[in-house]
Amino acid sequence: MASTETTGKTGTAGGEDSAGLAGLEAGLDALDTRTTARTPLRQVLLHKVLPPIIAVALVVAVWQLLYVLEVKPDYQLPGPGQVWDALADQWYEGTLFDVIWTSLSRGVLGFLIAIAIGTPLGLIVAKVPFVRAAIGPILTGLQSLPSVAWVPAAIIWFGLTPSMIYAVVLLGAVPSIANGLVSGIGQIPPLYLRAGQVIGATGLHGVRHVLLPAALPGYLAGLKQGWAFSWRSLMAAEIIATSPDLGVGLGQLLETGRGYQDMAIVLNAILLILVVGVAIELLVFGPLERRVLRNRGLLVAR
Amino acid sequence: MSTAITDDAPAGPAQAGDGPAARITHVSKTFGRPGEQLLVLDDVTVDVAPGEFVTLLGASGCGKSTLLNLVAGLDAPSAGTIEVPGGQRPALMFQEHALFPWLTAGKNIELALKMRGLAKAERRTEAERLLELVRLGGAYGKRVHELSGGMRQRVALARSLAQDSRLLLMDEPFAALDAITRDVLHDELTRIWTETKVSVLFVTHNVREAVKLAQRVILMSSRPGRIAREWTIDIPQPRRIEDTDVANLSLEITEELRGEIRRHGKH
Repeated sequence: MASTETTGKTGTAGGEDSAGLAGLEAGLDALDTRTTARTPLRQVLLHKVLPPIIAVALVVAVWQLLYVLEVKPDYQLPGPGQVWDALADQWYEGTLFDVIWTSLSRGVLGFLIAIAIGTPLGLIVAKVPFVRAAIGPILTGLQSLPSVAWVPAAIIWFGLTPSMIYAVVLLGAVPSIANGLVSGIGQIPPLYLRAGQVIGATGLHGVRHVLLPAALPGYLAGLKQGWAFSWRSLMAAEIIATSPDLGVGLGQLLETGRGYQDMAIVLNAILLILVVGVAIELLVFGPLERRVLRNRGLLVAR
Repeated sequence: MSTAITDDAPAGPAQAGDGPAARITHVSKTFGRPGEQLLVLDDVTVDVAPGEFVTLLGASGCGKSTLLNLVAGLDAPSAGTIEVPGGQRPALMFQEHALFPWLTAGKNIELALKMRGLAKAERRTEAERLLELVRLGGAYGKRVHELSGGMRQRVALARSLAQDSRLLLMDEPFAALDAITRDVLHDELTRIWTETKVSVLFVTHNVREAVKLAQRVILMSSRPGRIAREWTIDIPQPRRIEDTDVANLSLEITEELRGEIRRHGKH
């Protein structure tokens, strides 16, 4: 073998040797590299879009059937057609989007404030042992407290004002967001933190470039739950607190329907609340979560 | 001949620097609380000359990784001093790649460059250069999970080099790789060490790896970790494990290492 011959100068690999090594390496890389193909559109339509459409169609069909069979009197169980008419009325009156926007804008604004408060709070709870011991359990406990319980207190504090609604939303969403970040930070492999330290990402740089991105999957889960809690708390607040000053949101619409004993409006409002919740999940959190997981190679193709 | 103790004339590239790249003086490390303390490192003294390649060899429990963590500044010694002149933070490569999965290969390197204080405009070019150096020119935009184990370790090496530290610490960086890839990366590391003239302190339990790579092999005994013996290797690079000199020295060191391990079975 030529290997026992030394190439003269110490420590310099010969040109041919080096080229051979590069080729070997390229071969190894090619053999080892995984290719991930994206699923074709037809597959997505068939496996992801079609099933929920069938499910919804089935629910509407059963509903219509119950309506036709008159299981309950008309005023208690209106048919899909009547609920659709209630929706159409709102559309023609031009109030539909106003109502949705009133609630959605409150929900989103409240949620953003909750992020602004919950994120530093979660960071401090996760990183400062004393704070963690002091308020960690309370934060977890608050998550299981139904936010509707805050409504009476908030009304006494703030009266029937938007502040009262935001207070309820924040009390509902902040603990989820903070807890999500705490558990996200708790799940970071210690190796990432050490690697960050080694390259000099310490202090605020460490938080910005290592801690927060590493905690992102858990944080996102917290945000998702935080949004669900914001939305729920908002509805609780809107149903209980109706006042001309507060405008008409979905919760108020629901309460109005109850006042008129108009089940079509009530069902319509419930469906709208549901649709907004599902839409936010599908349009915002779903794609965000998939993107984060795909980038990290954590998304298992099914 | 291969075990000859040479003085301050390293066979590899010498760097125009003053003083050693690392000076570990009478370092001891204990873990645990008072009363039930465990002595992990006992009076360890090692100097790494500029541009020198030193391997710390030992069985498990010899504290070699602990020593590396101390040099990296991730932990503090219980006694003794560790000096890394130049005020630089040493680079450290782990057994796992430790690349950040939320960044691409290129951005991982750029983060280290950013922390080093390199201006934004220069980072991209420098990252590309470092990727070329580890022969991963096309991998800039690749996600970590899209790379093979060997490629990940090469990106990790590039990220370590991005710190532009005079001292590169390596904690069994190839132990988790398959044998073929490991062999190739040994040659790559030797090439890169020759090109960059960086000082390397390399921890391993693999005698052949130690002999293939290093100018100086330091054998450590276990529990507590002490320096047992030292060999200076002046066999020129590139070495092959089949070479008679390399093979003979490997056998000699293996015997010595086994002797160290046997001592622990006696009580």
